[in-house]
Amino acid sequence: MKITTEAGERHVLAVTVDNEAGILAKITGLFSARGYNIESLTVADISADHALSRITIVTSGPPAVIDQIIAQLDRLVPVHNVVDLADAGAHVEREIALVKVAGTGEKRIEALRLADVFRAKVVDTTLTSFIFEITGTSDKVDRFIALMRECGLVEVGRTGVVAIARGAEAV
Amino acid sequence: MVVLTGQVSTALIGTDAFQECDTVGITRHCTKHNYLVMDPERLGPILHEAFYIATHGRPGPVVIDIPKNVQVATGNYVIPEKIAHKSYRPQVEPDADAIAQAMALIVAAERPIFYTGGGVINAGPDASAALRQLVSLTGAPITSTLMGLGAFPSDDPKWLGMLGMHGTFEANMAMNRADLIVAVGARFDDRVTGRLDAFAPEAKKIHIDIDRSSINKIVPVDVAVVGDAGRALDALIAAWQEAGHKARDYGEWWRRIDGWRATRCLDFPEKKEPQAEIMPQRAVKALFDATRGRDPIITTEVGQHQMWAAQHFGFSAPNRWLTSGGLGTMGYGFPAAVGAQIAHPNRLVICIAGEASLQMNIQEMGTVSQYRLPVKIFILNNQWMGMVRQWQELTYESRYSNSYSDSLPDFVKLAGAYGWTGLRIDTLGELEDGIATMIETPGPVIVDCRVAQLANCFPMIPSGAAHTDMILQPSDVTGTMDDEAKALV
Repeated sequence: MKITTEAGERHVLAVTVDNEAGILAKITGLFSARGYNIESLTVADISADHALSRITIVTSGPPAVIDQIIAQLDRLVPVHNVVDLADAGAHVEREIALVKVAGTGEKRIEALRLADVFRAKVVDTTLTSFIFEITGTSDKVDRFIALMRECGLVEVGRTGVVAIARGAEAV
Repeated sequence: MVVLTGQVSTALIGTDAFQECDTVGITRHCTKHNYLVMDPERLGPILHEAFYIATHGRPGPVVIDIPKNVQVATGNYVIPEKIAHKSYRPQVEPDADAIAQAMALIVAAERPIFYTGGGVINAGPDASAALRQLVSLTGAPITSTLMGLGAFPSDDPKWLGMLGMHGTFEANMAMNRADLIVAVGARFDDRVTGRLDAFAPEAKKIHIDIDRSSINKIVPVDVAVVGDAGRALDALIAAWQEAGHKARDYGEWWRRIDGWRATRCLDFPEKKEPQAEIMPQRAVKALFDATRGRDPIITTEVGQHQMWAAQHFGFSAPNRWLTSGGLGTMGYGFPAAVGAQIAHPNRLVICIAGEASLQMNIQEMGTVSQYRLPVKIFILNNQWMGMVRQWQELTYESRYSNSYSDSLPDFVKLAGAYGWTGLRIDTLGELEDGIATMIETPGPVIVDCRVAQLANCFPMIPSGAAHTDMILQPSDVTGTMDDEAKALV
């Protein structure tokens, strides 16, 4: 008997929720209980009165599973709305990484040169290390980190993806 | 259901205090919503909101966990003018376009069938009335799930009985051969559909459900109607009448259904002499006959007795049948009977139980004595966890494991210990009188009805099989199953 999981395409979901205790556990509990993927999840308060949070979830699955994920999220009591940014048209995605690299001599110079190519900022430096701040799509951040492995990478922190639809309208 | 639970004082939360427990954490997965009330001023609004959430949309339990210091605090209570929730607004009114598309499919169908579930019951008695009207207008056959029993009268000729794993041959064959399935408040559960790739291959599907996530979850459908079952049925009736449709002649369709009916799939072998052992199906039929006209509320535990009750007890009105379907929890029936009796003190409430399931919550006999509730428990006692044994016969060549009971209590003595009346029925000849005594005896009664030990529940769709592959009688059982089928048990 074969046990397989279906592969599927990547989707970015923007979920507006009440900013209250336990909501994140509800969302992540739903994903783990139903066996959905979470590739990335970010959450922050987004309203002036601190009443609402926006959760950006990157997930993947066949279309029927994505449809189920949206429907299941939507029926949670504290969820206001769920938008699949792929359905909403063009959107921009950004992620920030802080990347610490240690080294001296040629490796140190190469790290700085590559950071310049990637438009990464130096936010901290010692004689033997840099911390770079890089912003971009997850793919760009991945590529930068891969290069830094050759230049003395010691530590990485990433925010996960935030995303928003292009144009004048709110989703 | 709204559940109020007690919590340690807010200052002690998170310190592993005496009897502290993360109630919102452990109930998150089995409630529709839950609250931890940290501020006494919020308690009033939360109580109102909890009842709103529990009863609106697809109903579900809500837990409110109240710390000790919040319980004893004094706060302001303001009666809200309008009870609403800032984000939870389930769609109740169906979309007009969806209704029009559904109506077009209904009018065009040659072999339609209504497949209705617990959603019709949850939508209230008006939804059942609307269902009866729509079925009568169209003249189409109807089958219901375990949770949907009672929404449509079982003595109506358009009723095909329950469908699914232990449903009738005619209901399952009609689902398989239909060209249109109108699913109302039902969710295409695996016990209903059987093997999915062979499920209703020729049918277009309309799915009416208040829970959007139920739609296209298991079976892709052609028309989705999100909304309250009653409102959607009303809208379909209005559309039907407005267009002046007349019921089609489904003569050929009914002739095929009558052919399937002729198998008499619910018949069972039995001996008729008074000393004979009682077949469990006979016991349910006798209970049904004895309570006709009394409009009883029937609850069940989970197992063979539950399926026999569903097959052989006829229901003609909604909210007379309380059973644990989707989750299938042994232990449900007796507390459900207690609740039903408290809500309806003068009604006849009978829990049809298995001797194993009943013991899950048998301590509630004390509750019944304390509140002087006249609950009747009718045990179909076969001294086995019969459904487990039945599957072990089907799947594991009868290598029985933990399905037998060598340590049963004497239920008649137990009844006496709790101040109940206890009766035992051993033979067919004692059955009718025993049931009559149970009904006529005031106060709570437990009936230990000894039934044939090795009877199994048929007809059945074995796991991993299609609607058309029903086992109609014990001699059809082969006792082997491939791994794919075993995994679906």
